[in-house]
Amino acid sequence: MTDENENVIDQPEGLTPRLVTIEISGKKYEVPEGITVIKAMWYAGQEVVRGVGCLGGFCGACATYYRTKDDPKVKTCLACQMAVQDGMSFTMMPPFPARKAIYDIQQLKDPKQDLFNLYPEAPLCRNCNACTEACPQKIDVREGVWKAVFGDFKSVSDMFMDCVMCGMCTPVCIADIAPNLVALYVSRAQGAHFTEKPAGLDQRIKEIQDGRFNDEWKKVLSMNEKDLAAHCATVK
Amino acid sequence: MDIHALQQIVHKTRDARRKQVFPKLSPADRDQLIHKYHPDFRASAYRPLRFGPNEGDKTVVELATLLEGDSSLNGQVDMTPHHQVDVLVIGGGGAGCAAALHAHEAGAKVILATKLRLGDSNSVMAQGGMQISVAPEDSPVTHFIDTLKGGHMQNDHDLLKVMVEEGPSIAKWLIGLGVLFDRQGDGNLHVKKGGGSSKPRLVTCSDYTGLEMMRVLKDEVINQKIQLLEFAAAIELLSDGDGACTGAIFKDLDNQRHIVVAAKSVILATGGIGRLHIQGFPTSNHYGATGDGLCLAYRMGAKLAHIDTFQYHPSGAVYPEQLIGALVTEGIRSEGGHLVNAQGERFVNELDTRDVVSSSIIRECEEGRGIRTMAGRVGVWLDTPLLDAEHGPGTVEKHFPAMMLQFERFGIDISKDPVLIYPTLHYQNGGVKIDTNSETGVKQLFVAGEASGGLHGRNRLMGNSLLDLMVFGKRSGLTAAARAQSMKQGQLTLKHLDRFRADAKKHGNVSGVISPMILPAYTRKVS
Repeated sequence: MTDENENVIDQPEGLTPRLVTIEISGKKYEVPEGITVIKAMWYAGQEVVRGVGCLGGFCGACATYYRTKDDPKVKTCLACQMAVQDGMSFTMMPPFPARKAIYDIQQLKDPKQDLFNLYPEAPLCRNCNACTEACPQKIDVREGVWKAVFGDFKSVSDMFMDCVMCGMCTPVCIADIAPNLVALYVSRAQGAHFTEKPAGLDQRIKEIQDGRFNDEWKKVLSMNEKDLAAHCATVK
Repeated sequence: MDIHALQQIVHKTRDARRKQVFPKLSPADRDQLIHKYHPDFRASAYRPLRFGPNEGDKTVVELATLLEGDSSLNGQVDMTPHHQVDVLVIGGGGAGCAAALHAHEAGAKVILATKLRLGDSNSVMAQGGMQISVAPEDSPVTHFIDTLKGGHMQNDHDLLKVMVEEGPSIAKWLIGLGVLFDRQGDGNLHVKKGGGSSKPRLVTCSDYTGLEMMRVLKDEVINQKIQLLEFAAAIELLSDGDGACTGAIFKDLDNQRHIVVAAKSVILATGGIGRLHIQGFPTSNHYGATGDGLCLAYRMGAKLAHIDTFQYHPSGAVYPEQLIGALVTEGIRSEGGHLVNAQGERFVNELDTRDVVSSSIIRECEEGRGIRTMAGRVGVWLDTPLLDAEHGPGTVEKHFPAMMLQFERFGIDISKDPVLIYPTLHYQNGGVKIDTNSETGVKQLFVAGEASGGLHGRNRLMGNSLLDLMVFGKRSGLTAAARAQSMKQGQLTLKHLDRFRADAKKHGNVSGVISPMILPAYTRKVS
């Protein structure tokens, strides 16, 4: 091995991509192995408008159902985060018409009780666990729904911090619960109503209003370019 | 070589590196490094604009072509409005949501239009946090100084003072809406130290700060019943003939029809340009980051600022190939992660500003101390397992769940193996020049967020973007709403476009490029 190649990661498919056969919405295409599901759609010549968002695994726009070769199990993924493999079959999830409750988060009087008015279906979970299995973010969704119903809003907000709101937990629910929307309500209620108000923040807002930093501002803003640069250099 | 074999040098040198202190560069060394290696100084990638408000100013070729591009509108255009509102917000990310919510709360009739879905944006991906000077030992003035240093002293002082002073009240507003910021034991906001900052000032929601904020803001926009136009791409602004902005024309991406919206004010919150892949760089940006707002505002006669400078985030993923350009959060370096070359050496203070760190990575790779992939990429190691070694097992998993999951999908455990990274096109430092109300040189045309320019100078400091979105989204929304009360809707014309076209013709512009781009052309063409 020459020096030239000493620091090279083996990745032969990068040079001569192996083509694999996949099915997009039931139609066969040949695409390079290992590219993402969304890139496979582009490679196959499809224009994608709906179904692409951040391309970083955060926005939940590209929720996709897929199945690997000879496996009967249909799984879920985010199309921008999943690599294609030979024999894979996939289709994007269409927007699902789940009902979102409308509320004024700041006006809630009893958020834990209000949950049952806003989402009366939430306590009807029949424990099938399909939502948890459908979650591409590996959240224990079923557990979250139960915790919401039992008023453990803190746990729900922790568990659903990973939620990208792709909504794949929703169409599978036999009780017509939209777990991601329930969790969003619960998390917001937790933040707005059950989390301590940070005293230091109010203190800082008051200091700014009272002009505590005015002298310092005056000094800094009256400096010429050179003095300001010199002053900046002293702040480490 | 096998990737694990190549990673051995990182594991072997870890203990020795932990004892090492790497000083930040002096201002002179810093300038020298940047001038030699930063992509902003690659002269061949730039050209002057031939006409328009920034005639003679240099920018990257990719952007210049679009700014000088032509509108897709031709012949008679039916200007009968489909909607009539006080405030039209274009863009559904953080700045757009903040603008719409504040304008709505102030009593204005608002439409929020976006070419993708509400919330599909860069904001949703922001992992590092939001800079707000809440720590007792910190102050808005120190925040101002740090930002100025990061921006090479080129920041607009008025804009910057407004941003740092309004930061704390923005945090309070978000907490009231239910955003779950990380807390200390005493209930106060937990703050982390970010690159280029002298004090801990990053307010976070684990490594999901942008996602958590956007979940809440989107939900609030829907709860407030603000009218949405999704999958509606702005293709031209409208003017009253006296140079004021009076609305916009959209293309409905579902049925290709035009939608005309008459508005007393327009707020552009259209974000950045990563998907133009300037200088061939991969990008961390979302699908729609094609600089549409810059093109629309430029044709209206708004001047742009600092359009020759872009931010290349030091740590974009290089391996696996599927994650190309995806961001590896700066939080890793904030918590002590080292950058390591192929020889197992550190080569920069990892918490120096983004332009310095990116330039040093490019230097290492250009001088043959990088690690190459067979896909033709090159990068350096980011020593992620160091965090577990330093702060105890489980640190990476606990502090960076989003990133763990992202790499786990490809069989990589970042708490055990270092990650290969290279700078990725991340942010447009400049944009449309605005004043402290977020208004441009064109009357009734506001710009908020990444599409605006001046605030960040020539290099944005980590964590200042989320705050920028919230502060100037708010200011634009409130100003536009207040004006609406005493204003009449102006005429809807395309006189600005006639003028722009006449100007273009004079300069022999027959490129045939249509702008805005709307979406990048990723679909493979097969002949």
